[in-house]
Amino acid sequence: MCGIAGLIHRGKSSNVGSELQGMLQALKHRGEDSTGYALYGDTDGKNFIMRFKVGENVGEGSSSVMEDVSVYDERKKIVDQTLSEMGAKIIKEERTLPYSLRYEVDYETKDLLDFSQRIESIPGVEILSMGKSLEVIKDLGNAKMVCDRYSLDKLVGTHAIGHARMATESGVDIKSAHPFWGYPFSDVSVVHNGQLTNYWNNRRVLENKGMRFMSECDSELIAVYIAQKMREGASLEEGMKDSLSGLDGVFTYFVATKDSLGMAKDTMAAKPLVLYESDDLVAMGSEEIAIRSVLPHEIDTYDPFDGEVKVWQI
Amino acid sequence: MANIKTSEKKSKAQSMGMHTEVLTGRTQQKFFNPDEAENFYYFGTYDVDFNKRTDLDVMNMSAPEANKEIDNLMSQGYGTIVIKNPQGKHSLGVGILNKLNLIFEGSLGYFGMGSCDGPIVRINGRVGWSCAENLMAGKVVIEKNAGSCFGAAIRGGDLICKGSVGARTGIDMKGGTIIIGGDAGAFTGFMMQRGRIIILGDVGINLGDSMYDGTIFVGGEIGSYGSDAVDAELTSSDQDWLRRKLKVAEIGEDFDVSKMKKIVAGKKLWNYDNLEPTEKKGAI
Repeated sequence: MCGIAGLIHRGKSSNVGSELQGMLQALKHRGEDSTGYALYGDTDGKNFIMRFKVGENVGEGSSSVMEDVSVYDERKKIVDQTLSEMGAKIIKEERTLPYSLRYEVDYETKDLLDFSQRIESIPGVEILSMGKSLEVIKDLGNAKMVCDRYSLDKLVGTHAIGHARMATESGVDIKSAHPFWGYPFSDVSVVHNGQLTNYWNNRRVLENKGMRFMSECDSELIAVYIAQKMREGASLEEGMKDSLSGLDGVFTYFVATKDSLGMAKDTMAAKPLVLYESDDLVAMGSEEIAIRSVLPHEIDTYDPFDGEVKVWQI
Repeated sequence: MANIKTSEKKSKAQSMGMHTEVLTGRTQQKFFNPDEAENFYYFGTYDVDFNKRTDLDVMNMSAPEANKEIDNLMSQGYGTIVIKNPQGKHSLGVGILNKLNLIFEGSLGYFGMGSCDGPIVRINGRVGWSCAENLMAGKVVIEKNAGSCFGAAIRGGDLICKGSVGARTGIDMKGGTIIIGGDAGAFTGFMMQRGRIIILGDVGINLGDSMYDGTIFVGGEIGSYGSDAVDAELTSSDQDWLRRKLKVAEIGEDFDVSKMKKIVAGKKLWNYDNLEPTEKKGAI
């Protein structure tokens, strides 16, 4: 059991970091092995924001190991050098934790595939997100712990999705935590509640097409699947609708892009989702109490039906 | 509960629509005897006065605290309790085995009003998954929408949602009536064994999948039929019953019930009256 939550403000910005923290904290009983945020902040849109890790935070069942900080330092140096070689200029650098970094990068590119492949060819380095607005922050612990650790409560933006994880299919570590970046697409992120039963079949097909997987978490497949559909020319909504037949299992998932937020529910409707929709705000979560944390007054909510896909714009 | 299988009361229960099938072989059944209703008594229930009314604000209470307080108020004779600020909390109002007027001024989360027997409940909001699961008797009215597994395994009573409901409504239900004013999701009536479901709007795929018995009435479009769910003739007595039920449910009073579809079990999947082969028993 995991919990997912998301919200999108239409026509205005808000303190989405704090709002999502409240929503995810309300769902912590659904899992607090790890919590992740995909926040779409207000930026000038000039530079890429790259969130990446140079090491792991290792919990129960993880195949990773904890390493010395000196290893992280060495990897960071190689990342800096590689960025320089690619002509990417680091405008701003933040190192929240020894293994977790945030760079603002001035880099001219249309396809981030080559960029990402070169950065991630450095052993132990994984890009958590890349985009002009998106920032993926994920770590072990519940929503409040992660929010406090990364000081997310002040982040202002238009929309956000997040995930409270109870690890079932893979270990407890950052690489298996949600959200997943829609590699190699700028500003695409995914969170998922459920299980996918044709994970390995789809993974082999997608890897043969050049897509990369960083974990053994079945949820990562959704991000890669949608990204591949978009590479082939599909819109976000088309890719999501295709996933209803292409992905087997039970799932409710959210996908966010720079200016939109979408949800999809499998044809069995086996995973919960409660949705609130108004002219200026859409808020949704695995349980209504998540929505109540941002809308405490009486509201009208509903459960989307089986096989339903919806996309909202900011 | 009396065994009325061989008495004339059996036909009375059948005429009330409480069951339709005649099972043979080794199956043992006991049906509710309406003549003995007044003899039922739950230890620990309270003599309440419906005119004695109070409010209960549960904003800062956990679900167990709120449910204990409801019990405490009933023990003081309060027969009408208005719950303020339920805020989508889970498991509110569960296990009430008492006559009671209970009003929620807001929405409930999962498992609201589960395992109840007797209360009359009005929820002026939405309910989450598995509302009124295992309801034995009474009436639960939801003014807005409901989540999935609405009325799972209910055995009696009336469960009414004026809005739309999610998937698997009435899953495994064994009696009672579920009435939906709006649309219903996939697998409505999945494995239902008895009782009736009325849906005024559209219904999703696999309607009545693997149903053993019971009846489903649909006013709108049907996504698809589930395994062993088949159409049946809508009789004039069905229509009379539907009109009465919709009136009592406060919804669809003017609905044209003559155009509703009636779905029942084809009973091709029935196998629980077949004797097991002796050799199979030996293996066990």
